[in-house]
Amino acid sequence: MRPERLVVDPTACTAHGMCAELFPEWIQLDDWGYPMIDSGDVPPDLRDHAERAVKMCPALALKLRRGS
Amino acid sequence: MRHRLLAGLPSPHPIGLATHLELHGPSPLLGRGGGDALIAELEAAGLRGCGGAGFPAAAKWRAVAGRRRPVIVVNAAEGEPMSAKDRVLMTQVPHLVLDGALLAAQALGARDCVIAAPAGVHAPIRSALRERRAAARPAVRIKVEASPHGYVGGEESALLSHLEGRAPLPRLKPPFPAERGLNGRPTLVQNAETLAHVALIARHGAAWFRDGGSGGIPGTALVSISGAVRAPGVYEIPAGTPLPDVLDIAGGRLQQVRALLVGGYFGGWVGGAGEGLSFDDASLQSAGVSAGAGVLVALGAADCPVAETAALTAWLADESAGQCGPCVYGLGALADLLGRIAGGRTERGDGARLTRWTEMVRGRGACRHPDGVARMISTAGRVFATELSEHARRGPCAACGRARLLLTPRAREAATA
Repeated sequence: MRPERLVVDPTACTAHGMCAELFPEWIQLDDWGYPMIDSGDVPPDLRDHAERAVKMCPALALKLRRGS
Repeated sequence: MRHRLLAGLPSPHPIGLATHLELHGPSPLLGRGGGDALIAELEAAGLRGCGGAGFPAAAKWRAVAGRRRPVIVVNAAEGEPMSAKDRVLMTQVPHLVLDGALLAAQALGARDCVIAAPAGVHAPIRSALRERRAAARPAVRIKVEASPHGYVGGEESALLSHLEGRAPLPRLKPPFPAERGLNGRPTLVQNAETLAHVALIARHGAAWFRDGGSGGIPGTALVSISGAVRAPGVYEIPAGTPLPDVLDIAGGRLQQVRALLVGGYFGGWVGGAGEGLSFDDASLQSAGVSAGAGVLVALGAADCPVAETAALTAWLADESAGQCGPCVYGLGALADLLGRIAGGRTERGDGARLTRWTEMVRGRGACRHPDGVARMISTAGRVFATELSEHARRGPCAACGRARLLLTPRAREAATA
């Protein structure tokens, strides 16, 4: 499978914080509730978590993009 | 040094087409393969964008080359309050910028060009266009449009949104304008000064351009110098000029200089008059700053660096396009925090908070606005460490009550009214 990384569209994100709850290994919230995301490729064993976070984002702001 | 971009100036009128041709000779016509050759020449010249980001021009052109129905956008929005170089180019030597835009159109096969500039400079641009239409049938449709107001309005994706009739809000990249720009078409957005350099590189070549500059920033650069100097204004300097000498070009110092703001409001502070630094990439990078849009503001010893930094941060926070949470809340928090430090109303942990939040906002927006503010604040933290901790402990200093040096557009209008 192609390496992919998680990215957030900061113009769409409204700080629900769901992603950080679903995928804390990769996403942390900043002091204002917005996600800070590891910029590396998501490892295959964490892929499910990443996909779930993308699917559950209420603002549809989280995406998987082709990585390095 | 002889002027290149500003050759023929000062002049009581804008340089007309006839004088322009006398000064510079005709602009070359690009034949078959001429576009690729010009791009190679821009690369050999090491030309970088002069609007602020300093992206290599050749790479930008290559990203558009070969795409269908491209558009050229001349960016003369100049939202940087202390910068006036694009205004000088558009009002004094518009033909140089037009040459560059038309060369870009030829090289990339564009039939459409949009010049985005403040409404106040449209008259000389239109008059230059009329002169050209009278001389020859134009091969490119050129429209002149009003650029958006506001600090981030000149950011290329925000500018394109504005030209499409929408609010001037930066877009998340990718897609880049080269892929999907104005109305979805591949678009080269290039700063006015960059295109003026293109006009001269196309005539004289890369070797000529590099001659007179240093390795990092070749050729000459336009700088807008203000603050504690005798003759503030726009000057053309050889790249690589030591920063203290740049102040001499602007008539010398009015008082002892405490620090220089380099690049623009998104740029950074260096201590003193920039002793040991010169106006080239490598040297400026060693101090954590960049040439940016060519802005240099000299902060005098009588000005308060803490009050200036706090006021500047507050203004920049206010100029956020308001789209991205980390920019809105992060810059807002930083502005409040610096206001507390300047007023001596600090709370426990504020020092650590300043560092934490400055790092936290970097890379978190659709555009680089938060990154620029973070850089300005982190260089202030380094250069003004003593003054910052003194203010935190004792509150406002004697200089805090002085009029602010770093003017926001509204303050400047009021000052010149």
